Amino acid sequence: MNGIIASILDGLLVGSVYGLAAMGLTLIWGVMNVINLTHGAIIVAGMFGVFLLATVLGVNAYASILPLVAASFVLGVGLYWVAVHRVIGQPPLMSLLSTFAVNLILIGLGTALWGTQLFNVTVTLPGLSLGRYTFPGTHIMAAVLAFVIAGLLYLFLHHTRLGKAVRAVANNREAAALVGIPTTWVLSLAFGLGVALACTAGALIATMFPFTVLSGSTYQVNSFVVTVLGGLGNPAGALLGGVALGLLEGLATPFMPVSWTSVIEFVLFVIVLIAFPRGLFNFRRS
Amino acid sequence: MSALLEVRGLGLSFGGLRAVNELSFEVAEGQIMGLIGPNGAGKSTVFNLINGVYKPDEGHVLFKGVDITGLAPYRVVRHGIARTHQIVQPLATMTVLENCTVGACFGADNLPLGRAREAAREVLGFVGLEDRAGMPAGQLTIAGKKRLELARALCARPTLLLLDEVLAGLNPSEVARMIDVIKRIRARGVAILIIEHLMQAIMSLSDRVVVLSTGEKLAEGAPQEVANDPAVIAAYLGDPGLSGAEQAP
Amino acid sequence: MGHFAIVRRPFFWIIVAATALFALVPLWGNNVELRESLVLAAVYVTLASNLNLMIGYTGYVNFGNIVFFGLGGYFGVYFSNAFGWPLIPAALVGAAIVSGLAYLFGLGILRLRGAYFALATIGVNEAVRAFVQNFDPWGGASGLYIPISAFGQFGGPMQALWAIYFLLVLVMGLSLVLSYAIKSSKFGLGLLAIGQNEDAAAVLGVATPRYKAMAYSISAFLPAVAGALFFFKSAFIQPVDAFDLSLSVEVIVMLMLGGQGTVTGAAIGAFLYEELRGHLLTSATFSNFQLVIAGALLLLIVLFVPGGLMGWVHRRWPRTRTVLE
Repeated sequence: MNGIIASILDGLLVGSVYGLAAMGLTLIWGVMNVINLTHGAIIVAGMFGVFLLATVLGVNAYASILPLVAASFVLGVGLYWVAVHRVIGQPPLMSLLSTFAVNLILIGLGTALWGTQLFNVTVTLPGLSLGRYTFPGTHIMAAVLAFVIAGLLYLFLHHTRLGKAVRAVANNREAAALVGIPTTWVLSLAFGLGVALACTAGALIATMFPFTVLSGSTYQVNSFVVTVLGGLGNPAGALLGGVALGLLEGLATPFMPVSWTSVIEFVLFVIVLIAFPRGLFNFRRS
Repeated sequence: MSALLEVRGLGLSFGGLRAVNELSFEVAEGQIMGLIGPNGAGKSTVFNLINGVYKPDEGHVLFKGVDITGLAPYRVVRHGIARTHQIVQPLATMTVLENCTVGACFGADNLPLGRAREAAREVLGFVGLEDRAGMPAGQLTIAGKKRLELARALCARPTLLLLDEVLAGLNPSEVARMIDVIKRIRARGVAILIIEHLMQAIMSLSDRVVVLSTGEKLAEGAPQEVANDPAVIAAYLGDPGLSGAEQAP
Repeated sequence: MGHFAIVRRPFFWIIVAATALFALVPLWGNNVELRESLVLAAVYVTLASNLNLMIGYTGYVNFGNIVFFGLGGYFGVYFSNAFGWPLIPAALVGAAIVSGLAYLFGLGILRLRGAYFALATIGVNEAVRAFVQNFDPWGGASGLYIPISAFGQFGGPMQALWAIYFLLVLVMGLSLVLSYAIKSSKFGLGLLAIGQNEDAAAVLGVATPRYKAMAYSISAFLPAVAGALFFFKSAFIQPVDAFDLSLSVEVIVMLMLGGQGTVTGAAIGAFLYEELRGHLLTSATFSNFQLVIAGALLLLIVLFVPGGLMGWVHRRWPRTRTVLE
């Protein structure tokens, strides 16, 4: 029994980071109705980013997150102008393909540089012991940071002028343009923000688990599941969805071989998409 | 003579908004029935309820005696009802002829491709679009698109045609031409339920008129009766889209 | 007129001629190397032209289209191994099952629009892959092998490779004919209307749920047959190859390259892409960059030439529209 509870609690911790990653995806989706298929590659970029800074340059893993956020934001804005700007009014297929194209390029470059070997970021952080079980310090730290960042995002979106502009554009782009909001800049900003969130999540994941260049695709689909659970365009829902998914994984792992959890995840994904298109955690009125 | 279309006690709410309430009226075979009312009265919603785009919360829609309430739009067409839209929806990269062929193929008669094309050509001739048959539908003028919308609906060989503001956005000569087409459609025995803001047009075309206001039937009767009904006049006062003198630029 | 009216159109005979050429060229001089690269080309053309039914005609982006290929492969190999069925019945029965499942599934997931549908198809592919990885009767993650003895039905491995090649070319030809026939039919007109404007199509009387599910189901059949043939020929099938999501997306790239919505586009795009890929893979410097180049190509097409090759050809020479559909 205790084993299951520990597994569930750990699942909740890890799930918050899933939620952070998904927030990046859902923000972009909600603001400009674009599904960012570079999401996985960005997560990997975050992993390698923290690896390069922490393991190669010796910077503290958590301190390296700040420059990563800045760098990934700039990258995100750049990505917007390259892959998204031209296709923004066109059918969804186009942006799906353009972001996917960039994903291919990034992953291709990654495999060319680093192959498919396993990488690890070692962080020494004391864990928390409850009874017989120790929760890794990295997991706790990651969860805490995920919530802190989520909180900062909330403050940004609801209590700053820029954040309000983002929500206005998400709500109704034409109307926002009519009241004088520079919609294109806001869109690029939102994209940059979404990318920064994904990158940060990747960095946090790297402190918890080993990774390869190809790990991105697992976490990308994972983010899709979470985004769909939480309701597209709903960052709070994404965080909750992530925690829920973590909970599900925590519940499942003691009982079944790890490989089955992905089957359940995908089946759940398809079912939620069909039966609950607005997500399970969408408490806003449509 | 039993009614062709019978709407009984129709009601629909969108969240807290009561869009249509306790609506009942009938359209007889071969009749032109006008559906008028201030903006936002729910006229297009009534069309959507008849042809299955919306399912009503209460009430029934009967066509030729059969209950078609809540049937999917593509099934409603098979029963013999076709409609046009306020905002025209041409299948833009397909040609004018192909647009109409779609209507003929999947309409009430469910024609095979070859016969559907012939039927489509005939209808294009009837509405006067035959010279533009090979043109991509998206390249037509607004008047052309409106006529295509009408032609496409006709291709479905309907017994009842729902026209949603076919005259909006047309200049006076285009309006006159369209009215002529509508009269010729009625001459073929097709009943028409028509939503229009152009009062002169609708009053001269219609055999009977139903007035809608905030989702409810305000009045029903011959055009002249309705035009003189004080409740109708009161509902329209303050509505800029009203008087017959108003024409779209 | 009738259902076989397309036999009188020139394009039909262009397809027949091209297919015959495909089959006969490697036969000349017993060119095994050419045959192997053409096998891949035939598979790609099959996948691309059937995918065209969903993307180009109906307007639904099936990102996970490879699931049909993989499942067809697994059913074919399984029926052959477990029950000793000859290849052709194994492939056909397997494909029929996949098609049937696709119809049932289609009714469900085709209720989703646009990007939601695209994501769902990825989910379906990944779910099936994850499932097969855990499914021991189908070899789990290690996959299934075909014993050499199974090639005896053709008279030996050498003959088997040629026989399967011809079968694959036949499937390719059938795929092209099928997509042309559909485009010229009432069913195809309905699909094209759905692709233009689904709600307008429904109001015009197109039975959209059934039509979409039929398109999805039909688009599954020949890829499933191709899967059975291909993996039988490779004598080995495993989940990561059968349900390869990047190949699935590469098929979309091929379609975009050639020009979605056209029959020729699917064929040319797939063929060109296969040639490009083949050359890149053999060159040491480029093999690592295969994905990068595919990505760059896709990006350029999406941003600047969304109509693909045939889109450009049709615009430049409008007369070709009726001859090279």
